[in-house]
Amino acid sequence: MKRIITATVQNRSGVLNRITGMLQRRQFNIESISVGETETPGISKMTLVVDVADDQKTEQLTKQLNKQIDVIKVSDITDKAVVARELALIKVASTPQQMTEIQGLVTPFRGAVMDVSKDSITIQVTGKPDKIDALIALLRPYGIKELARTGVTALLRGHQPQAHVTEINQFSV
Amino acid sequence: MKAEAKKWKEDAAVSMKQTDNLETGADLLIQSLIDADVEIIFGYPGGAVLPIYDAIYRSNAPFKHVLSRHEQGSIFAAEGYARVTGKPGVVLATSGPGATNLITGITDAMMDSLPLVIFTGQVANQVIGTDAFQESDVLGITTPITKYNYQVKDIADLPRIVKEAFHIATTGRPGPVVVDIPKNISEALPKRNYDTNFYLPGYQPTTKPNPLQIKKLSDALAKAKKPVVLAGAGILFADANEELKQFVEAYDLPVVNTLLGLGSFPGSNPLFLGMGGMHGTYAANMGMYECDLLINIGARFDDRLTGNLKLFAPNATVAHIDIDPAEIGKNVPTEIPVVADAKKALQALLERKGKKPEHQEWLEHLNTYKEEYPLWYERSEEAISPQWLMKKIHEKTNGEAIVTTDVGQHQMWAAQYYTLDKPHNWVTSGGLGSMGFGFPSAIGAQLGRPDDIVISISGDGGFQMNMQELTLLKEYNLPVKIIILNNGALGMVRQWQEEFYEERYSESLLDVGPDFVKLADSYGILGMRVDKETDVDAALDKIIAHDGPVLADFRIIRFEKVYPMIAPGKGINQMVGVKK
Repeated sequence: MKRIITATVQNRSGVLNRITGMLQRRQFNIESISVGETETPGISKMTLVVDVADDQKTEQLTKQLNKQIDVIKVSDITDKAVVARELALIKVASTPQQMTEIQGLVTPFRGAVMDVSKDSITIQVTGKPDKIDALIALLRPYGIKELARTGVTALLRGHQPQAHVTEINQFSV
Repeated sequence: MKAEAKKWKEDAAVSMKQTDNLETGADLLIQSLIDADVEIIFGYPGGAVLPIYDAIYRSNAPFKHVLSRHEQGSIFAAEGYARVTGKPGVVLATSGPGATNLITGITDAMMDSLPLVIFTGQVANQVIGTDAFQESDVLGITTPITKYNYQVKDIADLPRIVKEAFHIATTGRPGPVVVDIPKNISEALPKRNYDTNFYLPGYQPTTKPNPLQIKKLSDALAKAKKPVVLAGAGILFADANEELKQFVEAYDLPVVNTLLGLGSFPGSNPLFLGMGGMHGTYAANMGMYECDLLINIGARFDDRLTGNLKLFAPNATVAHIDIDPAEIGKNVPTEIPVVADAKKALQALLERKGKKPEHQEWLEHLNTYKEEYPLWYERSEEAISPQWLMKKIHEKTNGEAIVTTDVGQHQMWAAQYYTLDKPHNWVTSGGLGSMGFGFPSAIGAQLGRPDDIVISISGDGGFQMNMQELTLLKEYNLPVKIIILNNGALGMVRQWQEEFYEERYSESLLDVGPDFVKLADSYGILGMRVDKETDVDAALDKIIAHDGPVLADFRIIRFEKVYPMIAPGKGINQMVGVKK
């Protein structure tokens, strides 16, 4: 099962290596990992999407993350109300005739055309991973030349409803 | 000789703390070590640490530097020192090969939670990453095998980093911390004032138990019909052996020790069931198998203890007291987790004065196991029985020696037959199982506790892995008594080949070995060889009475095996070789 885990870390030398090394050594499967600075200088936030076998493994994962000296806080936000987003850049093969057609596909996804050349078009799209997956599926027939995804980054919503209907559950993580 | 060893320790204690005289970054390091109350540095010089060694030479620091003959000897000695004194072991080695020679010891300390602070030299910052001479990626290599590690990038950070390193190594669950110091840092011109304050928001170990969890545990204990306590090395790190004894005696609880927990509970106490695990006693393993409440205090449910997890304590409610939350529930599902320092948790349990369980029948049942299936061995005409020899050594040292072991058959025999009544006298490599550990760790133990008798028990295989350290016995006047259980084989490997590989003794018979008596002689220490049981008494008397180190080669029964045993993959209730 997929879990979204966030970790607030002290931005010290080697912290990313420490964490990914631990995950690899203990045989946790990382689907994506994204890191960036937070509002506090010297503090970074990591968002990990991991594939774990059961709750016991999830518990081990959060405990092993917490055990790292540089890790300040670990949260499993999978079952929380969150805003989770990912960005993808997709370079699609396209003839000048297909340009409009492709742009038509991208519009409902609120994607943006970032670059156009005589034989390709580069699209930027932001959203939940399943939305990005859907757009990629639509563009695949044209021929995807290159694809880059950032991995999910997420924040808890300001208000946490009692009911467990969450955005994250909707996109089947 | 003992007096001499003690003298420099006393000198160290009264020597004035060095204050001024900071010429280089290395001097600043020395000052930081003085501030950390370091007594001994176990080390070996080399290019990248020349400035540090120069600072040691120039300083009148109140610590001693002990020069090993291989960096692995340094770090194993530091582990022995840490184990018997409870203080952090300090190691210094050069960059590249110096640092990589430490890797086994660092991993060993990580597995067995020993507090070490390891300083490695590094090539200058300007050339890091260029594959410079004797450069190795110490941070990269040691990240997975340390509790934490540092590379000093700015001399202004050095005193704070050293302070942090000692703090991290010795608090919470102890472990090794590496500080990698580039040569330009140790050569740099230091300033005068440094800020050594640190704040580690991500490292705040929980030491006090949650009262609700203590209540839960106490309630479970009141209801239990078949309780068992499993006591691990966490008791020893927390100095909680007194509290454990009080707790256990207040509730009449049978106690099992892990290999590394030996000594945390008196081995001669009637409530002691013995060591658990692969070569533990039948009573200890059946106790854990049949119990309805298993209280684990400071043990990590290692696979050599639990055997097949499906058959481990299958009917028990498991309570686990550990300072490291990640150990709780890692291998064995745990109903009552208590994250705490063992001493504080035991104090809290004692304060509760909960109801005593009604389990007289259970105690009697376990006693029949103890009487029916005691540890056993057979003597032989051929050579010395190793188990009997262990008992003899115990008798001759009144069970009061510090015993260090290597890894293998002799380690298990020592664990089974050298009954420990006192804590902090047992030094062995458990988690990593590093051959070559026993003898150097005895050097560290003797340096740390010069007044105690230190017995280093090794096999002929493991001893040869670090016998270069024999020089140190003479050089530092260390009266370590080395007992080699010589069976001309890698005994444990050979035993497994006999039992599980149809006696194909692939590369496990050491038919050619050194003459250990001549070896001892060449290092200027007393050597002896003992072939027959009839000579053992006199030999041991001589070894113990001798004012100085001894290397004694005891010829044991070559094909003797360690029993009882849980075969790999089997459960703790499936021991073989439980009876003659």
